[in-house]
Amino acid sequence: MTSPALAEPLPSSVRKPGRVKSLMTTYRVPLSIIALCLLPWLLPSKALAVNVLVYGVVAVGYNLLFGYTGLLSFGHAAFVGAGAYITGIAIGQFGVPWYAAVLLGVIGGGLLAFAIGALSTRTRGIYFSMVTLALAQLVYYVALQASSWTGGENGLRGFTVNKINLLGYDINFLDPVNKYYVLMAFAALALWVVSRILNSPFGAAIEAIRENERRARTCGYNVERTKLLSFTLSGTICALGGTMSALHLAFVPLDSLHYHASGMIVMMTLLGGASSFFGPFVGALVFLVMEDVFSLWTSHWQIIVGSIFVLFVLFLPKGIWGTFLARFVR
Amino acid sequence: MDTELILMQLFSGVALGAILVLTALGLSIIFGMLGVVNFAHGALFMVGAYAGLWVASLTGSFWWGLLVAPVMIGLFGMLIEYFLIRPLYGRSIDDPLLLTFGLSYVLVEGVRIVFGTDGIPFPTPPALTGVLDLGVGFFPIYRIFVVGVVFVVVLLLWLGLEKTRFGLIVRAGARDPTMMRVLGVDISKVWLLVFGLGVGLASLGGVLSGPMRSVNPEMGSLVLAEAFVVTVIGGLGSLLGSIIAGLAVGIVISMTALFAPEMATIVMFALMALVLLVRPQGLFGKLA
Repeated sequence: MTSPALAEPLPSSVRKPGRVKSLMTTYRVPLSIIALCLLPWLLPSKALAVNVLVYGVVAVGYNLLFGYTGLLSFGHAAFVGAGAYITGIAIGQFGVPWYAAVLLGVIGGGLLAFAIGALSTRTRGIYFSMVTLALAQLVYYVALQASSWTGGENGLRGFTVNKINLLGYDINFLDPVNKYYVLMAFAALALWVVSRILNSPFGAAIEAIRENERRARTCGYNVERTKLLSFTLSGTICALGGTMSALHLAFVPLDSLHYHASGMIVMMTLLGGASSFFGPFVGALVFLVMEDVFSLWTSHWQIIVGSIFVLFVLFLPKGIWGTFLARFVR
Repeated sequence: MDTELILMQLFSGVALGAILVLTALGLSIIFGMLGVVNFAHGALFMVGAYAGLWVASLTGSFWWGLLVAPVMIGLFGMLIEYFLIRPLYGRSIDDPLLLTFGLSYVLVEGVRIVFGTDGIPFPTPPALTGVLDLGVGFFPIYRIFVVGVVFVVVLLLWLGLEKTRFGLIVRAGARDPTMMRVLGVDISKVWLLVFGLGVGLASLGGVLSGPMRSVNPEMGSLVLAEAFVVTVIGGLGSLLGSIIAGLAVGIVISMTALFAPEMATIVMFALMALVLLVRPQGLFGKLA
């Protein structure tokens, strides 16, 4: 249908980047760690900073699928929630040490992502968004019914982590600054993993699928398996975000599994810009700060956030960070 | 378990399915024609229910609510298509989906501001209260009425699409919009009308379901998930698929509610997963 016009410019991801941009790409992990170290001192509260950390990891993980593979999932709350619930249940009901509970949460969330991905990547195009939403709602209703495990509508409570033993030192985990820097180590790990994935041949393959699925298939890539792997990796990183939020809040609300939570992840990613590495993190920061500010004014802050999102889709589809990069950074 | 109870529950399932059919049909014709998945469909269903309640309390008659609200919300849908979705044609297919998702936030919160966050009871019109003895059991008159209305609407829709000139243009436009333009048809007007029609169907579903469940701002989110399940099972863009899958899902939900109430919501998602394993394009969908 669409014939490739000769004058058509290459997509920005293919064009050779300028000096500043290529430096930023090379050092993206150290740069983001520096930014994360400063973050709690720039925000009004430390709790907000931890929230940004959690949702930053979730959005960056999500963007592996949305921004880089080009698949719009509306079900990633299921993996965030699964990570959080498994961590909470492991600590609260089985007395598992916190680090093992984090590992269990990440593995469990990853397995769920593999199962949901195996079903949803069988579908094409617009179906994918609907199927991921519906399967994630299935997880929501299962968690609602399995109330003896999950606490049902009231959410999961009773697994507070007070102290963390690190190399022989007891760290008071209730202190927000300590909590932030412990969780930041996880965030840095997640960012490094995502960056490493994007630099690998696999990273090139998922971008090839995003740009032109048929061409990638013709080049011999196994598109279905690559999509499934990308889905699973993305869900696993989101599950890590979920376990971080469980440690942070010592509470898992049932709503964290609802598709509105998935939509929130999508909004954050798009607000920041899905076409860039830092974009989703910036989006999470902006979204949570907006929530913090607007919810002080009015309980109806969602109408403001929804309107802003609609305007972004219409006029600024590259998001804040993506537009900034396109305008000012060569 | 006696047969009377099973029959009554089966009929509840048909009534529930009838509402699902309306919602899924709206979603499906919008997709078939415009290639847009309307994520605000559930929210518009909810807005329709509130509009019906509002008109009914203003005029004192349920019938005005039933007639006026879908037209009103259908026109509102046309405004949405014209001002918000039209600028996105030619961009990624994900963009209208994202936009309508954001819009659903605005609609839900807007209704909360105007009508409050609590649910409002929607009284059954006096003429339709009570039960009817059909010899095999007692059936609520209102549910019989709902099934009747949906039957008539679906029949009219079918006649309109298959037997009229406008229907011909719609069907041709869904297949090849460029060719329709070449033939001199202003396809953007057809898109406007089809979007309005789809939204109107959703809000009719909202008004009809009002007396069966109470009306609250969050009612749309389950409806959206249900409509997705039905269209995925039936095949997106297939009207026959939406009708059969809608009724089937309604019946399966209410039969499960009879035997294992805690599984009632879960079972439809499991059904969808099963269909995806066997036929990823849906029962009546064509391979993309």
